[in-house]
Amino acid sequence: MIEETKTAPISTGIKGKYELVIGLEVHAQLLTNSKMYTSDSTAYGNLPNTNISVLTLGHPGTLPKVNKRAVEFAIRMGLACNCEITRRNIFSRKNYFYPDLPKGYQITQDKGPICVGGEVPITLGNGENKTVTLNRIHMEEDAGKSMHLAGETDTLVDFNRAGVPLIEIVTEPDMRSSEEAYQFLTEIKKLVRYLDICDGNMEEGSLRCDANISIMPKGSKTLGKKVEVKNMNSFRNVARAIEHEFDRQILLYENGEDIVSETRTFDATSGTTSSMRTKEDLNDYRYFPEPDLSPVVVSEEWLENIQNELPPLPRELFEKFVRDYDLPTYDAGVLTDSKEIALYFEALCQATQNYKAASNWLMGPVKSYLNELTLHIDDFPIKPEGIASLILLVDEGKVSFSVASQKIYPEMLKSAGRSPLEIAQSLNLIQDSDEDSIKPIIEQVLEESSGKVAEYRAGKKGLLGMFMGQVMKRSKGKADPKVANKILIELLEK
Amino acid sequence: MEKFRSFDEIKKSLQNGDTSCKAIVNHYLENIQTKAHLNAFVEVYTQSALEKAEEIDKKLSTGKAGKLAGMVLGIKDVLCYQGHEANASSKILSGFESQFTATAIQRLIDEDAIIIGRLNCDEFGMGSSNENSVHGNTLNAADEGRVPGGSSGGSAVAVQANLCTASLGTDTGGSVRQPAAFTGTVGIKPTYSRVSRWGLIAYASSFDTIGVFSNNVKDNAMVLETMAGPDDYDSTSSKKPVPNYSELLHFDKRAKIACLKETMHSDALQDEIKQHTLDILDKLREEGHQVEEVDFPLLTYVLPTYYILTTAEASSNLSRFDGVKYGYRTPNAHNLESMYKLTRSEGFGEEVKRRIMLGTFVLSASYYDAYFTKAQKVRRMIKEFTENLLNKFDYIVMPTTPSVAFRFGEHRDDPVAMYLEDLFTVQASVSGVPAISIPNGNDSNGLPIGLQIMANSFKEADLYAFANYLMDLKSSN
Amino acid sequence: MKIDVNTLRKIAHLARLEFDEKGAEHMTKDMTQILDWVEKLNELDTSGVEPLTTMSSEENIMREDVVGEHLDHEKGLKNAPKRDSDYFRVPKVLE
Repeated sequence: MIEETKTAPISTGIKGKYELVIGLEVHAQLLTNSKMYTSDSTAYGNLPNTNISVLTLGHPGTLPKVNKRAVEFAIRMGLACNCEITRRNIFSRKNYFYPDLPKGYQITQDKGPICVGGEVPITLGNGENKTVTLNRIHMEEDAGKSMHLAGETDTLVDFNRAGVPLIEIVTEPDMRSSEEAYQFLTEIKKLVRYLDICDGNMEEGSLRCDANISIMPKGSKTLGKKVEVKNMNSFRNVARAIEHEFDRQILLYENGEDIVSETRTFDATSGTTSSMRTKEDLNDYRYFPEPDLSPVVVSEEWLENIQNELPPLPRELFEKFVRDYDLPTYDAGVLTDSKEIALYFEALCQATQNYKAASNWLMGPVKSYLNELTLHIDDFPIKPEGIASLILLVDEGKVSFSVASQKIYPEMLKSAGRSPLEIAQSLNLIQDSDEDSIKPIIEQVLEESSGKVAEYRAGKKGLLGMFMGQVMKRSKGKADPKVANKILIELLEK
Repeated sequence: MEKFRSFDEIKKSLQNGDTSCKAIVNHYLENIQTKAHLNAFVEVYTQSALEKAEEIDKKLSTGKAGKLAGMVLGIKDVLCYQGHEANASSKILSGFESQFTATAIQRLIDEDAIIIGRLNCDEFGMGSSNENSVHGNTLNAADEGRVPGGSSGGSAVAVQANLCTASLGTDTGGSVRQPAAFTGTVGIKPTYSRVSRWGLIAYASSFDTIGVFSNNVKDNAMVLETMAGPDDYDSTSSKKPVPNYSELLHFDKRAKIACLKETMHSDALQDEIKQHTLDILDKLREEGHQVEEVDFPLLTYVLPTYYILTTAEASSNLSRFDGVKYGYRTPNAHNLESMYKLTRSEGFGEEVKRRIMLGTFVLSASYYDAYFTKAQKVRRMIKEFTENLLNKFDYIVMPTTPSVAFRFGEHRDDPVAMYLEDLFTVQASVSGVPAISIPNGNDSNGLPIGLQIMANSFKEADLYAFANYLMDLKSSN
Repeated sequence: MKIDVNTLRKIAHLARLEFDEKGAEHMTKDMTQILDWVEKLNELDTSGVEPLTTMSSEENIMREDVVGEHLDHEKGLKNAPKRDSDYFRVPKVLE
């Protein structure tokens, strides 16, 4: 049933004649405790067919009831994307048959989605900014899972996932490259995680993406025939599928062949798409208003409450970090990648004024510790105040950055709660910056190597480092290098 | 005279110690057996009913019984009752055992009503004669060669033939009122959303209601007031408080009554029914009530509106019957698609398939606006017209049906002729307002005639009081 | 509206029903008759009338996001025409 299409590489010259047009449909599974229209658990990984109720199984006589939190989550996303929030919401039925769709219809929104329009700003690799316009965001429910195992004559159906709340984010055909699509998805993932409405995990299917891809000759205003590509389970695969479709459609066009408006599936192994050739194209979903649900009306007050409880958004924090903390955009980007890191950084900046040092600490020692142990920042043992005192210790010249990061920081990780100053004192790491105590050590070093001093004075300036090493060794590393350096030069140049 | 024809009589006998719940249940069980050929019951819960009766007898002796102690009910085969089969009279639900109990039934059980069995009906409530049932025809006890009406035919006959005190039916377009008229019983369709639909196997969700059959108005009111009211399981159920209808039956006002010209002058209306209706209207005038004939120009559009909208909803509601989770699955499938198509084609009867096809058609993209949206608009017009009329008048009175009970097979090859049987009952269903059918004498062949009364939404108390008054008025002659 | 066999087949596929030749003939006749009858609505001027989409006057009837009691696994599978200890079973798409 699956037809493979291999494509030869296409020269950039030919590619340059065409414009790629991409629209995305992103499904995000909402982090509610219970399902969209019934009180069964949404917990992932339970035994098959245990998160079920008579409603989930589509038993006759059952009726749905809307999960209020799911509606709030959808509104959160809409507010974060600057959508217009629909005040009077009705639900619709989308009718089709599939074994994992227990009622024979999905309760979704057709006319009058809860969020209309909206936009998502993205930043490309070259620093260019762009805004992707949204068509809509609507609420719906997930289907169950059908498993088609090899060697099994039957398909096995598990309804645990059936009815889990989803939002579907639909963009306008606004993106022009696979990178834009990739960045858009990255931004969506970041947003849903900031908003705490979805865990954003594409590999586990809590974020899913279908792409509508078409091409048109540059300068043309009419979109080519739209091809829908499904089954991409990572951002990278979305980008690969788009690249492949671009080439495939150009080749067809160049050869004067028809581009068929159809649904294709992406194969990650070969990096190609192939026609699904189901009777789906014959489908007609026969949407009509769901008579079993009463309308959901979003009052001014409710909307305000949701707005007030909205957490800071990544773009806001990014701008704040650049503007108020004077961070390079690179730093601001890394720090706002995850909400938890960004919030930790915010807390850190309440305890120190040295924002760049704070950023360096987070992007350096803190992140590498978390990565090494695959920990979440919530499990990081040192409080922001601890890192702030460490920064202060360095800023005051009591320890060097390397002593702070290599000697004190590991101790703080081991025994959270100990102050860096106390650790430095107990390990005898406080730098000596007293000229009177450093000078005798230097004088002694110079005296003992009078030959080298002569060589230095004869012009072999490179020996400075050797003298410095001797001084540090003799002071057991406690001499403040800046002070020692100054005295050393004074004495040598005398 | 037959025993246990009214709940008042039952209560009195229980109070006097003349009888027990167990004796009452046994009495009905005997009747059910004697009249088994009527095919009203498709399953009798003999043992559980007797056990429950003993339990309630004990409660009665300690004074702790609920207000419906002694009431024995039958339920239509489209209502879910935990641990019991529910087939909706369809092969496609053969063997299906419900895992929960309809809210309406639970509330009756909580007041110590006894459920004695499940009653025959048209498949998924689609029909006006009870001829579309996997369980076979139900016979009209007034003339066994004639239909009992539908779709709640079994529920009507169970009360008509004294097989239980009262029964539950469902009414989507007349499925309680029309069989009530055909069997000489009292049948109500409450306001849409008055009774929770949780546990009612859906036919058309924006029309479906659970209604009641009884021998008298008071029993009917008691059952309805017990099961009505808001329900957490049905988000469309109304939050309006439910008055105790049975205590509000006293009627002493002068009523403003509308009688619809198009109804009384309909070609389909049988002469004897017309005469009986005119007689009662005259009597009402004599009693000092204001009766006015008004125009109802939308009458001919009511049935087409009803059929477009109900078939559309039904085509979707019945999609869940696919052989995957419960019920019938064809043994002849070789892949998924043939499993679906054969299961559904073998599992559904002709009328159900016809309505699924029609509903699928009117919802399909190319025809949606021309049929479905159009009908939604006309529904608004009919609803507003009816509500406005009921703001000006207290009641609309008309015959329940244009004809008396017809013979089996009479409309076999003409679906539209069968649909026209509901000509007078669908207006209340399209508008969502309550309506009741009460007996209005018999025709010259001894076949019952029904009189329908409609009131504005949530005015069930007024409806019952007036119906009760009319019953008294008729018997006073 | 005259329903032809082609339309009938399309609608039947959407509804997952099938009819043999005689059944199809009968159904096209019935549907045509019924549709001709319901087209009476076209006589009515409905311009400016909003379609009625909800019959209940209730609004904002929602659940709190709380996990409730589940249907027992065995009870859920009990009515299945074909099953194993964990799953509902259906024929594969193609065989």
